[in-house]
Amino acid sequence: VTTLETGTRSQIGRSHPRLDAGEKLRGQAQFAGDLLVPRMLHGRVLRSPTPHARIVSVDTSVAEAIPEVVCILTGRDLADIDPYFGHAIKDRPIVAIDKVRFHGEPVAAVAAETQAAAAAAVDAISVEYEDLPVVATVADALAVDAPLVNDGPIRPGLFHGLGELPEREGNVCYRYRIDRGEIEAVFARADIVVEGEYTFPSVYQYAMETHTVVAQVEGDEITVWASCQHPFLVRAELADLFCVPVANIRIVVHYLGGGFGSKSYTKMEPLAVALARKAGRPVRIQNRVAESMVTTRRHNMRCRMRTAANAEGRLLARDVECWFDTGAYADNGPRVTATAGDAAPGPYRWTAYRVDAACVYTNTAPAGSYRAFGATHLQWIGESQVDEVARRAGIDRLEIRRLNLCTPGEEVRSGGKPLDADLIGDVEKVAAAVGWEEPKRPRVGRGVSVGLLAAGAHPVSSAVCRLEADGRVVVLVGTTEMGQGPRTAFAQIAAEEIGVEPDRVTVRGADTRFTPYDRSTGASRSTTLAGLAVQRAAADIRAQLDRVAEASGIDPAEHVALMRRHFGFAGGELIGRGEVAPVGTGSYAEGPVFWEVCVGAAEVEVDPDTGFIRVLRTATAADVGKAINPQLVERQDEGATMQGIGNAILEEMVYEDGLLLNDTLLDYRIPSFEDLPDSMTCVVVENGDGPGPYGAKGCGEGALAAVPAAIVNALADAGVPMSELPLTPERVWRRIQQLKEEGTWET
Amino acid sequence: MEIRLTVNGSEVVRDVESQELLLDLLRDGLGLTGAKRSCDVQVCGTCTVLVGGKPVSSCCFLAADADGQEVVTIEGLAEQPVFERLEDAFTRHAALQCGFCTPGLLLTVDALLESGELTDEEEIKRSLNGNLCRCTGYRGIVEAVADLAGVE
Repeated sequence: VTTLETGTRSQIGRSHPRLDAGEKLRGQAQFAGDLLVPRMLHGRVLRSPTPHARIVSVDTSVAEAIPEVVCILTGRDLADIDPYFGHAIKDRPIVAIDKVRFHGEPVAAVAAETQAAAAAAVDAISVEYEDLPVVATVADALAVDAPLVNDGPIRPGLFHGLGELPEREGNVCYRYRIDRGEIEAVFARADIVVEGEYTFPSVYQYAMETHTVVAQVEGDEITVWASCQHPFLVRAELADLFCVPVANIRIVVHYLGGGFGSKSYTKMEPLAVALARKAGRPVRIQNRVAESMVTTRRHNMRCRMRTAANAEGRLLARDVECWFDTGAYADNGPRVTATAGDAAPGPYRWTAYRVDAACVYTNTAPAGSYRAFGATHLQWIGESQVDEVARRAGIDRLEIRRLNLCTPGEEVRSGGKPLDADLIGDVEKVAAAVGWEEPKRPRVGRGVSVGLLAAGAHPVSSAVCRLEADGRVVVLVGTTEMGQGPRTAFAQIAAEEIGVEPDRVTVRGADTRFTPYDRSTGASRSTTLAGLAVQRAAADIRAQLDRVAEASGIDPAEHVALMRRHFGFAGGELIGRGEVAPVGTGSYAEGPVFWEVCVGAAEVEVDPDTGFIRVLRTATAADVGKAINPQLVERQDEGATMQGIGNAILEEMVYEDGLLLNDTLLDYRIPSFEDLPDSMTCVVVENGDGPGPYGAKGCGEGALAAVPAAIVNALADAGVPMSELPLTPERVWRRIQQLKEEGTWET
Repeated sequence: MEIRLTVNGSEVVRDVESQELLLDLLRDGLGLTGAKRSCDVQVCGTCTVLVGGKPVSSCCFLAADADGQEVVTIEGLAEQPVFERLEDAFTRHAALQCGFCTPGLLLTVDALLESGELTDEEEIKRSLNGNLCRCTGYRGIVEAVADLAGVE
């Protein structure tokens, strides 16, 4: 880490107002759907009405005859390329070829002069389907003689990072196993064994801006304006699909209207490019909500877990099996599965643990990334078992965590990075923030939860800083802005290193033709890794200024005068370069870049007559090492907290026989203003233990894993232990009736 | 059919299809892209504009029904003197993240401040329930609006 002797850090740790606030408040921030490209056509997608079928025929003749329709793309138009993509596993066709595998899969796409003509043409395409048996659930997928959702060899994608891929095993897409210690022997001698079966629902990320792409193909030059989080990875996949050099592809990302993982990796870009290629003109495809819901979603999951402890509450062993429903195509399912596998034991000192995590193909929408994936799936389960152990051992729920949690420097995962956070300190802070020791009204419960999320992804980022002759700074960095505020953080970092005010630093969007490589914007990595690249690029400028100052005797703070001396006129610019590359291989096994802390607490109240639960207080620990901008850190945690409330209580994509039943926001409800808890606290923890600039590490995901777990534990504390999410009133009410029948409901 | 309306203070005369939505007229017809499309079913509020001073979801409002009306979009609101206060409060409280819902939200807030209905925090939450935000968790927005409405 570069540390300059610049005296006090005046820009770091300061809640500088967001530099993009004015543009966004005035409605001037440009999202992909706001762009007008000359001669641009409107694209619309025909999607499968059925979850699994053979395509017998596609007749586009009537649709093509509609005035203002320019062209219609089907699988037949892709014969000249290998039309399958997927960064992990190449299994997803740009548009359905011979078969449809999920309700909503693209079957054809229309390019037309107007929206109305495009919509009319979509309606006029006639497709004959021959229904195939539907693999609707994980159980269907794993049944003996289950039909295969995908067959043929498993082909690795460009960024699979999964080591050697095994042979296809039925509908299993990927399997991740850990086996440490003599698990059966430890269980056999345990005083306390807690076990259960659990389910987690399919969830829609709902970035308010739906997936939107404008694509233009001119000869072998492809330009894409897209709502994508990882432009450099999309660039590579498009180059691979359309057989052009990486340098011929330009991906431009101004602003994203939310991402949360739903816009990570490649989504609608290949279809837009294929359609623009056929049309010979630029095309815009903008999903509707119902389309984005089936473009990617969060995995639903079933899990069986058991935890062993001794009579004093010392945790001994944990055994986890979980099955993720990755839908018709792998998307990021393998990484979600591996991350879940790492999160499953929880950050405790185990004598033995075993994890068998798998994702399987079904005839549902492909599932991929969503903020804090894996950890959100598993933390509520593991932490509810820790609470149950505490109850049976007769010890306090904070005490059991003090007794068993890993401490800094201890092993979290064999061969991986040791623990880099003070989890006991974190959980004590959030417990205090929800009034852990205060007396409670009846039907009010409190809970805490602790977990870790492997964060940072592959540690490759670069940045360029340009110091202009007027003393202003331009930072070029490929990180995308989707609400989390990296431009403000980067401006503060560059300002700190060079010695200017942040509002003299310009940070714009990603453009792969001009901004240097940044692996991705996700996994809470940007401040830590791209921020480090920016810090190094800015320090490079500062070093150049210092050299001129030393040679000339001009005050080192007089940038404009130094520049004038260096270039001999009122022009020229200093260019600073910053790079982050892995120490070692950067592989998943050696990682992560840092362990993101997922620590939270909640207080809930349940109405036994209706099953309705109200979240009264929440607290989360933003254990960020060093907060570059504390206010933006708090706001990140608050947003993640609210999504955690949604995941815990409200949200579920409901499938029946492979058909998605609730594909509008009328019947898929996300949290609104009235769901805001009375008190929402974010405790910013700064122990300087991160690998990023000034000891920083990322945040913004941990709270989403921590909050549902804290809510589940709080509800159990109020008398209602649950093993199925979301905690809808009906589900909670039924559980209460069951407890009454069992005679375990305390009135 | 021909409609005449005022958009951000300027008179607009347009020939529209009977089923054309106000949102499409604003975005595609007039290039006013501050109003965003998201849910299409009048739930999320990101397409909110003012018609006759009242917030409406322009994704479910016919352009024809705006005939003879005064329409204000974020581009118009940003030019009004009141905007400076809104901008200051939302910036100070960091009451925005991706900014996609922000224009619609500001128009709703502007109308509510005008009506004087925002008397306490519960009223603020209830009144803003027709505007969704997926990024912020709402805390910062409630703080900013409470500040603007003079609510403790």
